[in-house]
Amino acid sequence: MKKILHLILLFNITICATAQSDTSLINRIKPDSSKLNMNMDAVYNRPFLQVGKVPVSLGGYVEANSSYFQTDGVTEGLSFQLPRLTIFVASSIKNRIKFLSEIELEEGGREINIEFASMDIQLHPLLNLRGGVIMNPIGSFNQNHDGPKWEFISRPISATTIIPSTWSNVGFGLFGKYARNNLVWAYELYLTNGFDDKIISNSENKTWLAASKVNSERFEESFNGVPLVTAKTAFRHRKIGEIGFSWMGGVYNKFQEDGLELDSRRRVDLFAIDFNTTIPKIKTYINAEWVWASINVPETYTQQYGNTQQGGFIDIVQPIFKRTMFGWENSTINLAFRTEYADYNIGRFTETGGNIFDHIFAIVPGISFRPSPQTVIRANYRYHWERDLLGNPAARTAGFQFGFSTYF
Amino acid sequence: MITFAHIPLSMNNTTKVLSVIVSLTIGITACQKLLPPVPPDDEILDGPVDGLSQQENAQFIAGDIAFNEDVFTKENGLGPYFVATSCVSCHAGDGKGHPSTTLTRFGQWDSTGNQFMQYGAPQLQNRALPGYNPEVIPVGAPSAKFIPPANTGLGFLAALTDAQILANVDPFDSDGDGISGVPNYIVPPSYFIPQSFHQSFSGKYIGRFGKKAAAVDLLHQTVNAYNQDMGITTEYAPYEPSMNGLAFPYPDDVADPEVSSNTVLNLVFYLRTLKAPIQRNQNDADVMAGKQIFINTKCASCHTPEWTTGASDISALSYKTFFPYTDLLLHDMGSGLDDGYTEGTAKTYEWRTPPLWGLGLAKFSQGGQYFLMHDGRATSIEQAILMHGGEAANSKNLYQGLSESDKQKLIKFLESL
Repeated sequence: MKKILHLILLFNITICATAQSDTSLINRIKPDSSKLNMNMDAVYNRPFLQVGKVPVSLGGYVEANSSYFQTDGVTEGLSFQLPRLTIFVASSIKNRIKFLSEIELEEGGREINIEFASMDIQLHPLLNLRGGVIMNPIGSFNQNHDGPKWEFISRPISATTIIPSTWSNVGFGLFGKYARNNLVWAYELYLTNGFDDKIISNSENKTWLAASKVNSERFEESFNGVPLVTAKTAFRHRKIGEIGFSWMGGVYNKFQEDGLELDSRRRVDLFAIDFNTTIPKIKTYINAEWVWASINVPETYTQQYGNTQQGGFIDIVQPIFKRTMFGWENSTINLAFRTEYADYNIGRFTETGGNIFDHIFAIVPGISFRPSPQTVIRANYRYHWERDLLGNPAARTAGFQFGFSTYF
Repeated sequence: MITFAHIPLSMNNTTKVLSVIVSLTIGITACQKLLPPVPPDDEILDGPVDGLSQQENAQFIAGDIAFNEDVFTKENGLGPYFVATSCVSCHAGDGKGHPSTTLTRFGQWDSTGNQFMQYGAPQLQNRALPGYNPEVIPVGAPSAKFIPPANTGLGFLAALTDAQILANVDPFDSDGDGISGVPNYIVPPSYFIPQSFHQSFSGKYIGRFGKKAAAVDLLHQTVNAYNQDMGITTEYAPYEPSMNGLAFPYPDDVADPEVSSNTVLNLVFYLRTLKAPIQRNQNDADVMAGKQIFINTKCASCHTPEWTTGASDISALSYKTFFPYTDLLLHDMGSGLDDGYTEGTAKTYEWRTPPLWGLGLAKFSQGGQYFLMHDGRATSIEQAILMHGGEAANSKNLYQGLSESDKQKLIKFLESL
């Protein structure tokens, strides 16, 4: 993995060095801003750099931020983070055959993940084959997660803890699009490796789908031999917006070994709805996602681990200035507001019949400055209320975040 | 004109707007009012006693992490049979527990000992890792449910001398007040090291902790909790709990001890140095009147309000006066609370006087509703009072004879604790 990364970095440096001698060699491929692009296109719809006629394009983005949070009067102080540095390499191998990889260095390089590395073969616009490391198309955020696209520094909690974004797996599948007039219909269908039993055995002490992300062996073999199925269909109307419906399901536990039964097959299923639109004239951008998760947890296991979860977010972004600022044309200042919720354990206690809580609710107002669409400088204030399993008085956390994110 | 690299800038309206926004952002950042404040000290149970040294603070934090952040899974030793996956699962905010994590003990009906040890007694592990079946209570075994207690102020109770506790013992009710508290004499575990204030009674020692006062000290209580509640082995209890008397059939993949002695001792230190609950509204007229009613109705005969510690190896606990409202003794609570199960030398109808400190905060760790008495069967303070029988029947009767106003004052006092 590190060798691959070094080669990519070397390639990047070479290009930069070349660029210094002759900037005309570098072509910046701007993302397609047509209104018929969908969340499923996010992986290719990024700014890339191309050197002359070389059929390889490069890109990436970086995020850096600082935060100051306080929980019920107790603070860990001010801290600075480089949560991710991501590099894309795309290549047109032949007409209608292309490859793209996305390699992410997280937490200052402590973690290196291949988030996407797939070859796409287009047989027909309605029938494309995709194979490799794919981002399962559940909800919208998982596929459309690049930092510079968002006015918020923290990723949505439901999209990172119920849907464990970025959730990538090895697998194969199909996708396609059909456009007519103002309407586009798209689908995706993949079989991949999937979850493991860490989702009900983890240090979070709750059903935590993101716990499976630490199992890097899922890129080599399935935990239980049963594929995770992910299917999504979405519609976009040029004037109305995009709505997507997605489902991801499979068996998460090791139910047999050497042909001997160890446990019954236990499923995890997620269903998500996502929607985004831009209100004409006032240019208000609205983006929302909601997910429901059903997890078969053994009845004799602890009630701490819930068998039903749900959560979602809604983001509203309002541009308030768009003009030349500091010499940058078409710079924008946006006001933004997010409200989000995640309930990790929907149900009632066996002993009392009382409601099980274990949920979190947050509001995040923010302001951002974009000298270009590819770069965002943003400040957020976040306040969230977190209630424990029993529903005791909420732990309140609030704080400020400041940072930037940019494609490069 | 200002120049920034090669970009010409002018102090136009845009820059002014940006300046305002940046100033606003900085202003907001500086505003502490937008950050959640510390709750008043008397509204929360966690936090250390005053006067710990820096070294003691560090050990308190280590214990705090072990108690509130360590979560056990099969990868680090959980189970395979267990009741809960972490300490904090049963003691949210260091307060009383909830019926969902109630412990079930079984197998002993008199002082001759537990007759069901070969069936996995005394504690039922009613949860199991996937692929395992949890324990069940053997046919014919007596049992009782114990709701997890609050942890606060335990170090003060641990610092009392046996002589202080024995001073209130009156097995034959020689003073004629109807109260005859007795200690629970316990055969201590092999790792128990008596302190200078402990007294031996033919190898038995006075139990102080637990619903039946069956734990001699906080190490005993902690080791049992690791082992019997979570299936975690320690140097003190190196074996997995058995499943209905059968030794755990497969060794798990985690080397024993699954938790180091250092962690165990840090956790014990944490329990010893958690602060005592602070009474609220002490000067409220109704609360003061309620306290007097508490005394008049003889509640204080068992729920002894005030104690003072002797010398302690933790100076912050030495010679401190505190207000737990317990005598740490066993009392006959009547047939209504006789579950048929017991521990040590206690009778099945005898229960240790539970400390009342922190009572008013109990519901804030129990999900907003009271679950009182030993098994959480009372969902209000009044219900709990009315469930008192045996030696406490007289106090209950006196309570029932109070005017509605006086009852409310008494309850207001209890809620202030």
